[in-house]
Amino acid sequence: MSGALRTGTPVFRMTGGRVSLDTREVLRGVDLTVEPGEVVAVLGPNGSGKSTLVRSLLGLVPLTAGSVELYGVPPRRFRDWKRVGYVPQRLTAGGGVPATIREVVASGRIARQKRLRPASAADRAAVDRALRAVSLADRAGDPVHALSGGQQQRVLIARALAGEPDVYVMDEPTAGVDAATQQALAGTLRTLAAEGRTVVLVAHELGPLASVITRAVVVTDGLITQDGPPSIAAAVQEHCHPHADEDVRVPLSGWKPTP
Amino acid sequence: MDLLQYDFMRRALLAALLVGLVAPAVGTFIVQRRLALLGDGIGHVALTGVALGFLTGTAPTLTAVIVAVGGAIAIELVRERGRTSGDVALALLFYGGIAGGVLLIGLAPGGSNATLLGYLFGSVSSVSAEDVWVVAGLASAVLIIVAAFGRELFVLCQDEEVARSYGLPVRMLSLLIAVTAALTVVVAMRVVGLLLVSALMVVPVAASQQIARGFRTTMFLAMAIGVVSAVGGLQVAAGQDNVAPGAAIVLIALAAFVVALVFGRFVRRSRTTDTTGAKA
Repeated sequence: MSGALRTGTPVFRMTGGRVSLDTREVLRGVDLTVEPGEVVAVLGPNGSGKSTLVRSLLGLVPLTAGSVELYGVPPRRFRDWKRVGYVPQRLTAGGGVPATIREVVASGRIARQKRLRPASAADRAAVDRALRAVSLADRAGDPVHALSGGQQQRVLIARALAGEPDVYVMDEPTAGVDAATQQALAGTLRTLAAEGRTVVLVAHELGPLASVITRAVVVTDGLITQDGPPSIAAAVQEHCHPHADEDVRVPLSGWKPTP
Repeated sequence: MDLLQYDFMRRALLAALLVGLVAPAVGTFIVQRRLALLGDGIGHVALTGVALGFLTGTAPTLTAVIVAVGGAIAIELVRERGRTSGDVALALLFYGGIAGGVLLIGLAPGGSNATLLGYLFGSVSSVSAEDVWVVAGLASAVLIIVAAFGRELFVLCQDEEVARSYGLPVRMLSLLIAVTAALTVVVAMRVVGLLLVSALMVVPVAASQQIARGFRTTMFLAMAIGVVSAVGGLQVAAGQDNVAPGAAIVLIALAAFVVALVFGRFVRRSRTTDTTGAKA
């Protein structure tokens, strides 16, 4: 359960990972291995380095020391990016040029597309499935910047789903998201886990995701301080937020997970 | 149109049409990347290129392309390195470009600041047949780049980190945008002038984004606004002796922005009442 099974290449393997941002050492020697099919929650207080940890697993933040491998290959030399789906913390506004939900979700296919080749039927089908999975199919033509925070989060998740990757890396997918959307996300993750996909997600509080994860990793002050079964997450949650489980008992919303 | 009976007018219209089409296409990506002033920076640097052409006896358009592309790459590399000093670096290039241009034109045989005026503010009526070929060639190059790399550039302009997570060549694409902007600046140089080039890259996009809902529609609508402004401005200037085409083009684009702003407010308001009405 905690990655003890040594079958094949791990999805991620970080050894002695250190990261410094603006002279502050954010990660101070992290060892982490994630095996295929695991659903790992990276927990910890704000500023503990959990977001930096998952981004450095993808090579988005360079290590100052140590090493990281993605399917056995350092990110710099990794070429099979269609296997990876990254869900950033939020949708960036940029210069304010509008984009429709469909345009953003369809861009999740980019690693599978060839330059100069128009979108294929398979691309369109995958985008349709992703839009349905987050219940945004009927709003596909709406501009993303007009959506609420929770709806934007769904767009970002749909973009990753559209790419049909093997591993999902999600940076705080539940931050600022209403309880119904959290329930729906839990449903989507359950489907992904059943399909054998790997998930690494950062969370400040787990809420309804607690029932989906197979392993919890606690980051404190740039170090992994706990690593084990999901039950340790409950203790952490209890510690940080004594009443975390009170406000999440909401019936499943219209966002139904479709396979 | 009786204007078309003059050769110089036909050339001017063709050049304006191409500029109106190309500048907003590149501009859409530049605005989304929050680099609205990039065109201005490149424009200033291109002035040195123009003067270098006069000094060396080479075609100013050619030297402008070379120097503008070099300047664009320099701006992009500086932007990539430091986040805080980016605007200062851009400012340094602005001043260096103007000062270099004025200095070099003084050294050129028979050159004076007056020679530069045609490039600073445009002189579309003096566009030669050769110029039109260069403009058409550069404009085609820009449109081909946008068509071929548009999908990747869209992802890059949305979120650079996400683009990296898809394995996209982020640095190459960033340089591609900068170089494409430099080519556009040279394309637009003769029509609206280096000081107003950036307006045609930014203003039609700013107008379009008030109304459009998607990225692609924003770009196409901006291109339409660009063409209407460029051709319309030229027509206005042709009818009046004392109206500068470049200025007329930019003012028409700004008028389009004001109209789009008002219209967009109106559309958005009716849209929100629609959805709330439907859900209630």
